[in-house]
Amino acid sequence: MMASSYSTKEEDGHPSGASSHGGPGAVKSKKPDNTAFKQQRLPAWQPILTAGTVLPAFFVIGLIFIPIGIGLYVTSNNIKEYEIDYTGADINSSCYSCAKSYSWNSTTSCVCSVEFILEQPFESNVFMYYGLSNFYQNHRRYVKSRDDSQLNGDQSALMNPSKECEPYRTSDGKPIAPCGAIANSLFNDTLELYYVDSNGTRNAVPLVKKGIAWYTDKHVKFRNPGGNNNLTVAFQGTAKPVNWAKPVYELDPSDPDNNGFINEDFIVWMRTAALPTFRKLYRIIQKKSSTTPTLPSGKYFLNITYNYPVLSFDGRKRVILSTISWMGGKNPFLGIAYITVGSMCFFLGVVLLIIHHKYDTRNSSADIPN
Amino acid sequence: MLRRLNRLLGGDERRVDSRTIYVGRQPGSTNEAFIPPKFCDNRIVSSKYTVWNFLPKNLFEQFRRIANFYFLIIFLVQVIVDTPTSPVTSGLPLFFVITVTAIKQGYEDWLRHKADYEVNKYRVTVLEDGRRISKESEKIKVGDVVEVVEDETFPCDLILLQSSRDDGTCFVTTASLDGESNHKTHYTVPDIEKDLEMLCATIECEQPQPDLYKFVGRMQIYRNNQESVVRSLGPENLLLKGATLKNTKKICGVAVYTGMETKMALNYQGKSQKRSAVEKSINAFLLVYLCILLSKALVCTTLKYVWQSKPGQDEPWYNEKTPREKETNLYLKMFTDFLSFMVLFNFIIPVSMYVTVEMQKFLGSLFITWDKDFFDPEIKEGALVNTSDLNEELGQVEYVFTDKTGTLTQNNMEFIECCIDGFQYTYRDTASELDGFCVTDGPVSKLPQKASTEREELFLRALCLCHTVQVKEPTEQDQGQGGGLLDQVDGLGVDGEVLQPPQEEKGFIASSPDEIALVKGAVRYGFTFLGLENKVMKILNRNKDVEMYELLHVLNFDPVRRRMSVIVRSRSGDTLLFCKGADASIFPRVRQEEVERIRMHVDRNAKEGYRTLCVAYKYLSAEEYAQADAGLREARLALQDREEKLMAVYNQVETGMSLIGATAVEDRLQEEAAETMESLQGAGIKIWVLTGDKMETAKSTCYACRLFQRNTELLELTVRTLEDGRMRREARLHELLIEYHKKAVQDVPPGVTRSWCSDSQDYGFIIDGASLSMVLNCSHESNSSLYKNLFLQICQNCTAVLCCRMAPLQKAQIVKMVKNSKGSPITLSIGDGANDVSMILEAHVGIGIKGKEGRQAVRNSDYAIPKLKHLKKLLLAHGHLYYVRIAHLVQYFFYKNLCFILPQFLYQFFCGYSQQPLYDAAYLTMYNICFTSMPILAYSLLEQHICIDVLLENATLYRAIAKNAMLRWGPFIKWTLQGVFHGLVFFFGVRYLFSNPALQNNGQVFGNWSYGTIVFTVLVFTVTLKLALDTRHWTWLNHFVIWGSLAFYVVFSFFWGGIIWPFLSQQRLCSVFAKMLSSLSVWLVIILLILLSLLPEILLVVFRNPFAPRPRQAAAAVTPLSYKHLKEHE
Repeated sequence: MMASSYSTKEEDGHPSGASSHGGPGAVKSKKPDNTAFKQQRLPAWQPILTAGTVLPAFFVIGLIFIPIGIGLYVTSNNIKEYEIDYTGADINSSCYSCAKSYSWNSTTSCVCSVEFILEQPFESNVFMYYGLSNFYQNHRRYVKSRDDSQLNGDQSALMNPSKECEPYRTSDGKPIAPCGAIANSLFNDTLELYYVDSNGTRNAVPLVKKGIAWYTDKHVKFRNPGGNNNLTVAFQGTAKPVNWAKPVYELDPSDPDNNGFINEDFIVWMRTAALPTFRKLYRIIQKKSSTTPTLPSGKYFLNITYNYPVLSFDGRKRVILSTISWMGGKNPFLGIAYITVGSMCFFLGVVLLIIHHKYDTRNSSADIPN
Repeated sequence: MLRRLNRLLGGDERRVDSRTIYVGRQPGSTNEAFIPPKFCDNRIVSSKYTVWNFLPKNLFEQFRRIANFYFLIIFLVQVIVDTPTSPVTSGLPLFFVITVTAIKQGYEDWLRHKADYEVNKYRVTVLEDGRRISKESEKIKVGDVVEVVEDETFPCDLILLQSSRDDGTCFVTTASLDGESNHKTHYTVPDIEKDLEMLCATIECEQPQPDLYKFVGRMQIYRNNQESVVRSLGPENLLLKGATLKNTKKICGVAVYTGMETKMALNYQGKSQKRSAVEKSINAFLLVYLCILLSKALVCTTLKYVWQSKPGQDEPWYNEKTPREKETNLYLKMFTDFLSFMVLFNFIIPVSMYVTVEMQKFLGSLFITWDKDFFDPEIKEGALVNTSDLNEELGQVEYVFTDKTGTLTQNNMEFIECCIDGFQYTYRDTASELDGFCVTDGPVSKLPQKASTEREELFLRALCLCHTVQVKEPTEQDQGQGGGLLDQVDGLGVDGEVLQPPQEEKGFIASSPDEIALVKGAVRYGFTFLGLENKVMKILNRNKDVEMYELLHVLNFDPVRRRMSVIVRSRSGDTLLFCKGADASIFPRVRQEEVERIRMHVDRNAKEGYRTLCVAYKYLSAEEYAQADAGLREARLALQDREEKLMAVYNQVETGMSLIGATAVEDRLQEEAAETMESLQGAGIKIWVLTGDKMETAKSTCYACRLFQRNTELLELTVRTLEDGRMRREARLHELLIEYHKKAVQDVPPGVTRSWCSDSQDYGFIIDGASLSMVLNCSHESNSSLYKNLFLQICQNCTAVLCCRMAPLQKAQIVKMVKNSKGSPITLSIGDGANDVSMILEAHVGIGIKGKEGRQAVRNSDYAIPKLKHLKKLLLAHGHLYYVRIAHLVQYFFYKNLCFILPQFLYQFFCGYSQQPLYDAAYLTMYNICFTSMPILAYSLLEQHICIDVLLENATLYRAIAKNAMLRWGPFIKWTLQGVFHGLVFFFGVRYLFSNPALQNNGQVFGNWSYGTIVFTVLVFTVTLKLALDTRHWTWLNHFVIWGSLAFYVVFSFFWGGIIWPFLSQQRLCSVFAKMLSSLSVWLVIILLILLSLLPEILLVVFRNPFAPRPRQAAAAVTPLSYKHLKEHE
């Protein structure tokens, strides 16, 4: 239907017509060039896939994939992960009251704490994630609601944010910095971890808040307007996002390298997640010495300053403590997939070999090309 | 008012049947008011555009194509509605396509402009008021007297007034018009003063019409104080624009048609477009994909509103709508959502496919022109491709309709024998008689007998006179010196025996090779035609005397009458009419008692495959001649219905003749005609021979070509078999049809197609023109369709069909009938002459042979080849390969876009049906343009899944792709399922990987753009590697584009993510690709998914191709990956 009229051939009659204007010189009598290309005789490699060539490949794939798969699976199993749901949806949970009594306008923050016990010590660096469920960070309206040039420190974009940021573009006539829905909904629970040692005292576990964002994001993509000195001045004339308690230049007043747009918590949040259930890196617990585990087994308290409402859209909040291997976080999928595909290849190889063998004995003349 | 408007538009004269031209643009007679009539000027405009209207006109024309229009609509939707992808993603490809096409068309138009300019600015000499003025060609006006010198082309259509040759003739070649390179004679208008300045005349002629060979007009010459003289004008007086003057120093002519009204310009009209079956398949697939697209959009829209109806989902606090969105009407919102989904998924119908298909066809056709196997050293030409649209159709041919003369046979006539008064004469090289004229004891005359010498000589004189052959003058020779020529001939005559060699060097020129053969035949028997001068034909007789005959009239040959005559007056004053023609057209016009003796010879000769002509004569009495002369003159002067009137006079004159004898001329088979026919039949192609020739001649040619074998049972449906019984013809026809149908169709075991099983009885079917018209135009309405069906069914079950005595239109009728029969088979017509044009135009593929009968067939064909034998390679190798290539191209394009868009569709289920694109805009745009287009283009140009030599050797391979085998629903579903499978693997593989998005060893997480990029990377690699798996013929070009486009993808991705692009509002992909590659898990998942997707592919190949081919066999018949391996090979 569409191709029917899509053809440039209607012009084809013309060039030949035009050439005959030229008179007798138009008659061509050229012998075609005898080049390999024009005669379609270019030297060519003609691979043939037969059982003979494919069989070894199947075995090789099987033999490579199964060990990789086992390796992946073991690695993934060795990763220690502990997950705490602190949404407070359940009446028994400690954050229930905070979740229920939540309002945006309250000045006092609601604090709750969750107690948990680690059965096994976490030996290497521990990564602390917060996880949200049923939170559509990949919703189109949400994804595009940002202004990357504003985040890159562009002055004009700072004062005049992109239209994509609507309805989080201006507040009280002043441009919002950072504008948009993503920035506006920045995850603002504060999480603190305490280890209860054998004699009952609570020791705060030191949480490192740098190194959680992509290096390129922090150093290339995100930049404060007007350099990093005196952000208060740089952000003058802008308004804070409506849901924020404090303006962007007070995200981390203690460290100028982690303040404003280049605040790492902010950057991490701004990288929108792929799926509605996701986790984001919150803090890193660095290993102190080679002798003691990063998180010894025992009792812990998680202190939560509960600011982030999720029950309104039936969401969940989690905290995940996880060690990391060379393949990243815990995910048995890759290992299982590799083992499955590897064994499938191997199995097919065997089946093919049997068929091949049978065929071979029936027709002794048919030999395998190699 | 209206009249004036009409005149302004140039439409005024259209309504008048003829135009009047004042020679020299002077008023004809002083007493008439001279109104210079308005004709168009001599400017040739073949260009379509000017600088000013190029843009709007070209754009308008491009958007008239539905595909372009569809993409324009999508683009506009993107601009107007808030859609997920920016307008750039579809605007850029569209812009690209439109620009490329515009540039191509602009370039072509520029070439036309240039050619026009050259023609229009050419300096010509115009005689004005006795002065010779040099003018630009475009300034010539109707009525101007133009002077043309030798080797110049005529600037417009001229009536020849004066020639530098004494006999008032001039020679032209029309090579650039119709390709016929022989010299044609044109004549001046008789009775014109030498001094053109004094000439005062008007010409009345018909309005311009495109037929090159028709012209009707008359010229009124006014002399001082005398009654005006009227002369008839015919095509022999008209010199066409574009033809070249030869052998004549200069001529003067008056312009009658100028500029766009010349016959050449009127012939520019393009032929009707033919569409290939593949294109129809594409359209069907497109429809399916359009349905998929619509249903996808519909499903997503529905689910979106179902999902949103749950509380808290539509507008959670973190993701509020803009005030405008809130205000929008719900139904309007639904509609825009639907449109948005359409836009999001519209890549499933790729704009680039059309571009690629176009390019493939255009470039592919070049390989046909380049093929040196099609080069014929004799005519120094290769194949010619007039349309590139039909390359793949060459691989689908089921019926070949071939002309006989010039196609199956060489059209290189040789005089074999003749019979005079029933005595047979055969020429022998080593003749004992002095004149090389001897009598063989044929089966008819037991005793060597000779006809009387008088009859012999009459016969030979008839051969020498009754023709339109010209003697080709040696170029060095001074023209117009009859004496010189005579001297030369005399000199030759002295030599006697060695008459031939120089004679042949001198050569004869004629429109039909039969005539030359006859004239040359007469030379062997001692009668030499010396040429025509001043209407006097000279013959050198056996006694070396020159006989002179005044040529009074030529009654031209035409295919309807199938005969020609001349009326001559001998020196003794006798007026004679000589006539030669096909036996069927001569026998009724001669005395019946003479017929029988000759008929035996004619039939026997025809059976041996010779072309036979009968020769008759009659004496015309003075009264008879006067009557005929008057009739002919009157008919020639007629402006209206001249043809019909002439025909009537011809028929009237050519009666009551007496038969002298018959000639037999052999037409040799083309080189490798039999082999070609055999391999075409082996390829499952049914061959029909359509010829105007006699049945016996055609039958013997069919036997010689092995179309009919010795064991073939012939079913005849001809006038002879019809007149067999005592029954009426219609009843007999009915009976025969039923009988043959029973034999050929019903007795065949069911389920077996006739042509495929070789051991059972073969049938050949013969029908002639008269019987065919009875079958087609039956008086009873009900019977007519029944007969047609019976006829078709019989024919379809015969290995070969011979249709003889066909008129050109009947040929086309047959082609049309087969074309429209059940299953609409693909037909191919091949022919070389003007009489084949209608069937060439009618068939799906028309092939012209660059033969001896001029270039009309070539001009109207889709492909032209020098020889019949080239048809084999054209179909078996080129056709097969192009079909496989384009079929693969089409399927692959649909496949790759399905697995491109499917993940994006699936992603909607995970992003709240919000039309969030999975891939970045750059990837969406570039996928079809850059990343995956080149490998398939290279594949579709270079692939040889079976190498050419094997294809040529095993004609049966052609059957594997018959009936559009690779583009039927079966393969289409296979490809679609493959696409779905791949799409699912890509999406869910990455989906499960992202169940924990911490994929790096520093614990950092990946976002949605990384997700899309991983899917896209797997996609690009899988799709390209799948093509690599399908490629059976890896040239360096394939390697280059396949690995090159993968490398390009990687480099581009690095580059795209490596810089903050100032023109982008969102830096979505900033360092995403590099980050992705730094994760080992991603590497592992990419490898895994690619392998998993290709696994079934590899398995299919292996299972389909089980272990059979041994190395050498395998090397020869490389197994097709994409369609069933032929059983014959196992």
